[in-house]
Amino acid sequence: MASRVIPANQAPAPKLNYLNNGHSLKSWLLTTDHKRIAVLYLISVTTFFFLGGFFAMLIRLELLTPQGDLMQADTYNKVFTMHGMIMVFFFLIPVVPAVLGNFLVPLMIGAKDLAFPRINLLSWYLYIIGGILITHVMLTGGVDTGWTFYSPFSTEYTNTKIVEAGLAVFVAGFSSIFTGLNFIVTIHRMRAPGLTWSRLPLFIWANYATSLIMILGTPVVAITIVLVAVERLFHLGIFDPRLGGDPLLFQHLFWFYSHPAVYIMILPSMGVVSELIGCFSRKRIFGYKFVALSSIAIAVIGFLVWAHHMFVAGISLYAAMIFSFLTFFVGVPSAVKVFNWTATLYKGSITYATPMLYAFGFIGLFTIGGLTGLFLATLGIDVHVTDTYFVVAHFHYVMVGGVLMGYLGGMHFWWPKISGRMYPEAWAKLSALFVFVGFNLTFFPQFILGYVGMPRRYWQYPPEFQVLNVLSTAGASVLAVGYLLPMIYFLWSLRYGPIAEANPWNAAGLEWKTASPPPTFNFDETPVVTWEAYNYDEIPDKELEAPVAR
Amino acid sequence: MAGQVDALYIYLLLVAGVMTAIIFLAVTVLAIKYRRVHGREAQQIEGSTILEIGWSIIPFFVMLTFFIWGAVLYFRERTPPADSTEVYVVAKQWMWKFEHMEGQREINELHVPTGQNVKLIMTSQDVIHSFFVPAFRLKQDVLPGRYTTLWFKATVPGHYHLFCAEYCGTQHSGMGGDIVVMTPQDYAQWMAGGPSAPLQETGKELFTQLGCATCHRSDVQGRGPNLVGVYNKPVLLEDGRTVTADENYVRESILNPTAKIVNGFKPVMPTFQGIVSEEQLNALVAYVKSLAQTPPGSAGLQNEPVASPAQPQKMQVQ
Repeated sequence: MASRVIPANQAPAPKLNYLNNGHSLKSWLLTTDHKRIAVLYLISVTTFFFLGGFFAMLIRLELLTPQGDLMQADTYNKVFTMHGMIMVFFFLIPVVPAVLGNFLVPLMIGAKDLAFPRINLLSWYLYIIGGILITHVMLTGGVDTGWTFYSPFSTEYTNTKIVEAGLAVFVAGFSSIFTGLNFIVTIHRMRAPGLTWSRLPLFIWANYATSLIMILGTPVVAITIVLVAVERLFHLGIFDPRLGGDPLLFQHLFWFYSHPAVYIMILPSMGVVSELIGCFSRKRIFGYKFVALSSIAIAVIGFLVWAHHMFVAGISLYAAMIFSFLTFFVGVPSAVKVFNWTATLYKGSITYATPMLYAFGFIGLFTIGGLTGLFLATLGIDVHVTDTYFVVAHFHYVMVGGVLMGYLGGMHFWWPKISGRMYPEAWAKLSALFVFVGFNLTFFPQFILGYVGMPRRYWQYPPEFQVLNVLSTAGASVLAVGYLLPMIYFLWSLRYGPIAEANPWNAAGLEWKTASPPPTFNFDETPVVTWEAYNYDEIPDKELEAPVAR
Repeated sequence: MAGQVDALYIYLLLVAGVMTAIIFLAVTVLAIKYRRVHGREAQQIEGSTILEIGWSIIPFFVMLTFFIWGAVLYFRERTPPADSTEVYVVAKQWMWKFEHMEGQREINELHVPTGQNVKLIMTSQDVIHSFFVPAFRLKQDVLPGRYTTLWFKATVPGHYHLFCAEYCGTQHSGMGGDIVVMTPQDYAQWMAGGPSAPLQETGKELFTQLGCATCHRSDVQGRGPNLVGVYNKPVLLEDGRTVTADENYVRESILNPTAKIVNGFKPVMPTFQGIVSEEQLNALVAYVKSLAQTPPGSAGLQNEPVASPAQPQKMQVQ
């Protein structure tokens, strides 16, 4: 790719773009430019990612030995709770929609901005207020319920900061509702002339499906949090049976949102992967319509499977069977995506740039994450492996192996567009290798650990589980290096990276038809679309033509 | 049960292994074979509806086998055989308490004989816990305010880990113990070592002490329904519904008597919430259940209405 880049010393005079259009702090904090808001989100979610990662390292260090020796039991419980809450609510849910989605949705559909730029800024502020609240909780005593807040432990028994932590999630939830609302209206109303639904990039389809879940699911978790607070503060019997409540009601309400929330996390990353595979195979995505509709199918069916988290919770035999059956349905659209990505490679012209390596990594890890999900959907197996490290491994394969691989692939792919600079390819490939190897070493042993019976959220464990735990901790160390490297070289590239041209990857998509970085209003004139998505047959591969011309 | 779970697990591992291998191999082979070479451009392919339908339907049918096998196994795991010995389990932060029908009590250790079906009737005194024995491949959440059940048949003598699998606070990871599986001979010897009266006897005493017997009389119809033969039978309620008088119904009727009033009776019974402990409650439930076991010689009683013949049908047993 080096030849597609203008060396730094030949940089043309800087053009006015979204980054240099105002340098004051105010110009950033009061911006309504979706690209600047995306950068604000980028900085904040990265901060929370490393905070959540710090807690993950504490967990892995404690579990190096069977005894609880690094910290007290209560401290450990607070550490895994903070890890879960920060990673789920303040990193995984917002990361792809709020950073890449915010930046790309208007660019990809040829719009000047999102439909409600001020609401977009408000959603970042809500996220930050939620973030400050959760940080406050963390610094003033913490929470020890796990991110799942199960009642009646959370409502009547623990004496940690449940209401405050709930408020943090509640506020951050509205940030996610506003983002979803903004995306839906924007995608419906602001597409460039000629950009029909069947010509939309798959990343847009994925974000559209995600937005549906955000606005339909998030209010339910908000209500649930309010109910927890009401029972805790006023002892109204909602969930605690001593007060006449029903503890399973909490689980139903919680998972009604929190299962679809997994699709809030994974769908946008799936959208990213579709973009990457198209570009680096120089092909239209195989079965475009099926991939687009599978996103919607996942969003819809995802709402009908929540009780598969409750097979041993005390729900009726027949309810469990229905939810198990429905859960297998959601496997179909997920499998369809994987098959179509694989088929896209056929007769392509494939290069192995870093974003493509992440896309390959995504397919591999998501396949394992998805297939182990089928184990958990199978009733007779779930009884044994639920609430063990098997589940922990499964959802990390989906949420970290899937979401994070997609996000990192997307960050490398669009970094030239966001920053106007290229990242160092060799370092990026090295870090992708670290992430892939480190990830598998961390989480694969946990599948075995779960099947041999180690329950999750254990501060101490019987000595026979130690070897697998040590492997997992070793893997986490490699993984940490893999995550720190991009942080360093992305920052480095801001100053020293070669200046990127408008379309360094020679990619399809409207976002590549404007300058890197784009001007404040994205396009000098509104583009008119007369082509299908991924029209790589109409974009000559310059690398290929060079020798022919010679 | 462990063998059956493992068999299904191996089947799933095989299918998942084959699927993973296909995807990994396909991606690797295609990525190498169609890497960019000078002079060859990508060939655009729109897609194939037949392929799409094929790779939607075939995996679905494979998954259907997972579902059916898993559901059948689950049904067995959740349906205790009728000949099970019963053990009452009370979970609390952070210990497991067991009460055998014979009156033996244990903490964090449960002795069971090999070859015997054991049904656990479990409840929690505080938060949600989960009874998990990895060696048996079994787990069941234990909830406050109701009974959940789990059954197993141990086959090999030995000590097996018991874990709490639902996060329950500070000492969650310390809330464990042992399932001690013994040969029937050893078990009989162990059981003989204990004192105390059988659980239903304790329950019977309580039944008299707490004054239950004044209304729930077994000779004539009192102010409350006669409880002989009620357990596990359908009961007609005042609002026309019919419920089965299972353990949870008996439990609820003690703690929250007005929740489900039997047809023909008045809601006059006071609640015993906060008056009886979980252990006493278990004893009372065990006693009510023992009333359903028809003594020899009065075999016809089970199919008769339990209400006194002099009264109109107060409680219907169908």
